Amino acid sequence: MLYREAGQFKTTYAEDMAIFPIRQDRIALGILLGIAFIGVPLLADFDIWPFGSDYLLRAILLPFLILALAAIGVNILVGYCGQISLGSGAFMAIGAYSAYKLGTGVHIPLTWLDFAISIPPLPVLLAILLGGLTAAVVGILFGIPSLRIKGLYLAVATLAAQFFFDWVFLRVSWFTNYAPSGSVNAPTLDFFGLNVGTPIERYMLCLIFVTAFAVLVKNLVRGNLGRQWMAIRDMDIAAELIGIRPLYAKLTAFAVSSFIIGVAGALWAFVYLGSWEPLAFSIDRSLQLLFMVIIGGLGSIMGSFVGAAFILILPILLNLIPTQLGVPLSTETITHLEFIIFGSLICFLLIKEPHGFARLISIGKEKLRLWPFPY
Amino acid sequence: MIALGQFLEVLIGGLMSGVLYSLVALGFVLIFKASGVFNFAQGAMVLLAGLALVRSLDLLVAWGFPVWAAIILGIGFAAVIMAITAWLIERFVIGPLVNQDALTLFMSTIGVTFILEGAAQMIFGSDAYPLRLFPTDAWFLFENLFPGGILVNKLDVWGGFIAGILVAGLAIFFERTKTGRALRAVADDHLAAQSVGIPISWIWFVVWLAAGLVALVAATVWGTKLGVQFSITFLALKALPVLIIGGLTSIPGAIVGGLIVGAGEKIAEVFLGSHIGGGIEYWFAYVLALAVLLVRPQGLFGERIIERI
Repeated sequence: MLYREAGQFKTTYAEDMAIFPIRQDRIALGILLGIAFIGVPLLADFDIWPFGSDYLLRAILLPFLILALAAIGVNILVGYCGQISLGSGAFMAIGAYSAYKLGTGVHIPLTWLDFAISIPPLPVLLAILLGGLTAAVVGILFGIPSLRIKGLYLAVATLAAQFFFDWVFLRVSWFTNYAPSGSVNAPTLDFFGLNVGTPIERYMLCLIFVTAFAVLVKNLVRGNLGRQWMAIRDMDIAAELIGIRPLYAKLTAFAVSSFIIGVAGALWAFVYLGSWEPLAFSIDRSLQLLFMVIIGGLGSIMGSFVGAAFILILPILLNLIPTQLGVPLSTETITHLEFIIFGSLICFLLIKEPHGFARLISIGKEKLRLWPFPY
Repeated sequence: MIALGQFLEVLIGGLMSGVLYSLVALGFVLIFKASGVFNFAQGAMVLLAGLALVRSLDLLVAWGFPVWAAIILGIGFAAVIMAITAWLIERFVIGPLVNQDALTLFMSTIGVTFILEGAAQMIFGSDAYPLRLFPTDAWFLFENLFPGGILVNKLDVWGGFIAGILVAGLAIFFERTKTGRALRAVADDHLAAQSVGIPISWIWFVVWLAAGLVALVAATVWGTKLGVQFSITFLALKALPVLIIGGLTSIPGAIVGGLIVGAGEKIAEVFLGSHIGGGIEYWFAYVLALAVLLVRPQGLFGERIIERI
C-alpha cells in the first residue's frame, strides 16, 4: 500500500534517470540522512540514551562509517569490476601513512645531489585527499597484473601488495618519522580553523566524507565508466570485442577504488585510531572488508553499508551476549565460541543468499510493492 | 665474497623448508583440482590435525600406553577427526554451495576457517604444544670439503622423505585407483561426471578427506619444527605463492613451487635482506609469485587457461 509507484509519472528524461526514481525511496533516504545529519547530533547534544554516551559514537558509528567507505571502495573493484583484491588493508595503510607523512611534513634528503625535497606540513584535509591519491597511484601499479591474470590468481597477486606494504611500514622507519616504537600519532585534526576533537565532531566529519563519496560513486557506476567496469566484470573478452579498453577500464577501477580505500584508511588512522601501528591494516582487515562487500552484496552501494554494519556489529553483539546472560564461561572459551558462531553465520548467509543483503533488500522491496497480496 | 659452503647451506635449508610449504600447498591443489574451491581453510585444517594428534598423544602416554602404540592410536584418532571434518564441510558448506561462483566458495572456506580455528582450540586447548615425532638434531656434511661443513637439519630430511612418499602415494591414487580416476573426471567437468554415474558428493568427501590427511602429515612435520600452535595457520598464506608459482592444478607444481619459494626466500633473506633491512622473507615469496604471474599467468605447471565467448 505504502510502497507503490503507481501514479508517479515521469515526464522528463532527467526524472527517468534519477538515482531514486520512486518517491518512497527518496523519502526514506531523506529521513535516513535527516537522522544521520541532524537527529544523531541533536540526540547526542541532549544526552539521550544511547547517543549520550561516547561508546556508541566512538566504538560503533565511527568505525562503521569509515569501514563502509572502505567497503564502497572495495566494492568498486570487486563488485563492479570483478577484480578480486585481498590487498585492501595495504591500500588503507598507504592512505594512512602518506597522509601522515604529508600532514607532518615530508623531508627527503638527496645527499648525492646536495639537495633535499621538503614539503611543509599540509592541512589535514589536503593530506587526507593526497593520501588517497598516493594509494590510487600504487593501486594502478598493483593493478597492472590484472591485465593478464584474473580471479583467484589475481587475489594472490594482490596479497603481494598486502605483505609488501605491511613490511615497508614496519621496517622503513622513514614512514613513521623514526618513532622508536613504530607507532605514530595523528596530527591535530584542524579543518579550516575548526578543531575536530569530540566524538560527535568526528562522527560528523566522517559522515560528510562518506555521504560525499557515496553520492560520487553511485553516479560514477551509473555512468560511462561504471558500465565499462560492469562489462569487464561480466565477460572481459566480450567487453573487449565491443570496444571497451580493458587497460583503461581495469586501471581506472583500481585507481578509483584505491583512492577511496586510501581516504578511508587515512580517516581510520586520523579520526578513529588517533595513534596506530602497521598491524591496524593487516591481512585481517582486507578479509574483513571483502566479507563486508560479499555479505552486503557485490555491486551495490547500499549493500556496502549493510555489510559493514553486519560484519562490524556482529562480533560486538556476540561479545555482549554471554555477559548479559551471565553464562559462566572463561574469556578464552567465549573468544573461540565467537569464532565458531561468526564462521557459521558467514557460511549460513552465503548458502542462503549468495548475493548478499542487497538481494534480500530488493526481494523485500518487491514483496512490499505487492503487499498485502502475495503476487 | 660469499663462501660456497654458506651458500650451499642456505640453499639446502631453503629447499628443505620449501618441501614443508609444498606439504601445505598439496592440500590446496587436491581440493582445487577436484572441486574448483580455493580452500583457505587448509591452514586451519593443519592446526586441527596437529592439535588432535598432539593432545591425544599426550593423553595416551599419560594413560601408560607404550610410545609406538600411542603414536599409532594418536594418528588414527587425528585421521578420524579429519574424516569427520571433511564430511561436515562437504555436507553443510560445499554441498549446498555447488555451482556458486569461485569467490563465494572462497569466502565460505574463510568462514570454515573461523569455525575450525575456534572449534579446534576450544576442544583441544589453545597453548603451544611440543610434538616430538622426528629427530630435530643436525648433521654436518662435507666437513672435509668446507670449513665447518654444511649444517643440515635431520627434521628437514625427514620432511623431504615424507613429502616424496606422499606425492608418490597421491600419484598412484590418482592414476591407478578407481576413485582416483573418478576424481579426475569430476575435476574436468563435474556435471559430465555426475551424468555417467560418479557419486559426486562422495568424491568431494574423499577429496576433503585426502586434503585433511595431507594436513595431518604437514602437521606432524610442522608441529615437530615449531610446536603445534595457532600461528601454524599462517602457513596457509605462505602456501599461496607456492601454488601460484607451481600452478593451481598441478601436484608436481606444488612441490617445485615449494622448492623455489623455500630456496628463493632463504637466499634472498641471507644475501639480500642484510642490505635492505631484514625480514624480507615476509613478502619475498609473494613478489616472486607476482613476477611469475606476469610472465606465465597459469604458473609453471598449470593448465593453460583458454577462454571462449
